[in-house]
Amino acid sequence: MSAMLNSWGYAFKQAFKQAFRNRTMSFASMFSITAMLLILGLFFILVVNINMASESAKKQFDTIQVYLMDETTFEQASAIIGSLNGTDGVKEATYLSDEEAMANWKVKWGDNAYLLDGLENNPLPNSILIKVSRLEAADSVVSKIKTFDGIEDIKYYKDTVDQLMKVTRFIQFGAMIIILFLVIISVVVVSNTIKLTVLAREREISIMKYVGATNWFIRGPFLIEGILIGILSAMISVGIVSLIYYKTMELLGPTIFVILSTTMVPGGFLAVRLIWIFTALGISIGACGSIISMRRFLDT
Amino acid sequence: MIAFDNVTKSYGTNIGIQDVSVKINKGDFVFLVGPSGAGKSTFIRLILKEIEADRGSIKMNGMEITNLANRHIPKLRRSTGIVFQDFRLLPKKTVFENVAFAMEIVHMSQRSIRRQVPQVLSLVGISSKASKYPHELSAGEQQRVAIARAIVNNPTVLIADEPTGNLDPDTAWEIMRLLEQINLRGTTIVMVTHAKDIVDKMGKRVIAIDKGRIVRDDASGSYGAYEDERMLSCLPTGGVFVSHVK
Repeated sequence: MSAMLNSWGYAFKQAFKQAFRNRTMSFASMFSITAMLLILGLFFILVVNINMASESAKKQFDTIQVYLMDETTFEQASAIIGSLNGTDGVKEATYLSDEEAMANWKVKWGDNAYLLDGLENNPLPNSILIKVSRLEAADSVVSKIKTFDGIEDIKYYKDTVDQLMKVTRFIQFGAMIIILFLVIISVVVVSNTIKLTVLAREREISIMKYVGATNWFIRGPFLIEGILIGILSAMISVGIVSLIYYKTMELLGPTIFVILSTTMVPGGFLAVRLIWIFTALGISIGACGSIISMRRFLDT
Repeated sequence: MIAFDNVTKSYGTNIGIQDVSVKINKGDFVFLVGPSGAGKSTFIRLILKEIEADRGSIKMNGMEITNLANRHIPKLRRSTGIVFQDFRLLPKKTVFENVAFAMEIVHMSQRSIRRQVPQVLSLVGISSKASKYPHELSAGEQQRVAIARAIVNNPTVLIADEPTGNLDPDTAWEIMRLLEQINLRGTTIVMVTHAKDIVDKMGKRVIAIDKGRIVRDDASGSYGAYEDERMLSCLPTGGVFVSHVK
């Protein structure tokens, strides 16, 4: 037990000493991990925001509007709503009378609502609004609606939603690939950087082996050094990414809201997640980097 | 202690050592001599299990090491101290740290390190240089540090690979006296060397290797007539000028 503690203590002490004595190399490793995480972070933020925009856009399109014929009675409509409410994929079906629809319009038109007062009679039909719980279920819901009598027209933005979903899926898939690619690159870059530090200490390692050090004893300090560098890089890059994000939000947030009618993902929400993701990534990149780069030197 | 039984090791078509059988007892002081490429290094590397024997058995302290699992190698090396011609000290560690390092590897506590390192440093006669770095020392002093590192964990065997190769004659003799002193404490010493005068004057056991075979094993030998004869036989007859090659 005390031997274990001794060797852990040794590994930590050595890791700090090594990192400090080889500070140029430590700095180089840190710089490359930070750079990678920065790119990764900016990319991550972009993807999260695109996802959020597409989600909120989807929500705007998740309603099917069913226009009823003028002669359809409220009772008939209620029967339709009743049977729809039990259907798979339907979140909520509600009745919207022509007066309510007009009132909604007036709200939307705002200051110009007085123009609507000029209408002699209400041109809007009674309708049923159906919110679908899953967009994928919209098609089956629509075909079910078609079986009812007294329906004038069905409107829903299938093509738009399909397009949107296609684009989102494409972006998500592309993002996964690029993130994976970036992680692989950073492991390679870091393992090469650490390999240089190991190479500089090749002699030291061979001496360690002659004196009877186990592979883990030799690896320990390098591993901890790699992890330390990883954690530090994570902290730095989270800081920089957050700063960039907050600045961007300040500058572009309002514009984006106007154009896409969606807000940007709150910075605090992202920062907390980024800290976890980056720390985990930094630790794994640092650890993998040092283990990979040491493999050659530890083969007996 | 160290027992080779019909050990053969070849590198492709090159022979390292062939059918070598030899026994080195506890407390022996053995010189391993022979021309370059004769198989001395192979012999040492087999003892350290840096390389695997093709055939035969090697026992260290009664334990068969030819089939030793990789994870047990560190333990084997800890029972064997080693000193090199080029010292191989860690340049960024002080004298004290270089010696302490060997103890840290075997998980000794800081307290025993602080107690034992000064003792060993004083044994090899460099107590006053404990806080110096290797590059601040003379060659002889560096070799003393290397010896201190090799013996600090009380190994049963000390292997010295041309320990005097980089030293001037006077310093070389100081190192030899130190090794003799360590040998007197019961540590077996196997020393590879080309230094004829040292081997001759010490009068210890001499094992001569050539072309992978043991060609001579004298309990109290000299560097060897054999060497001289071999060199002479290479010369054209008619005996021109022959200077002794050392």
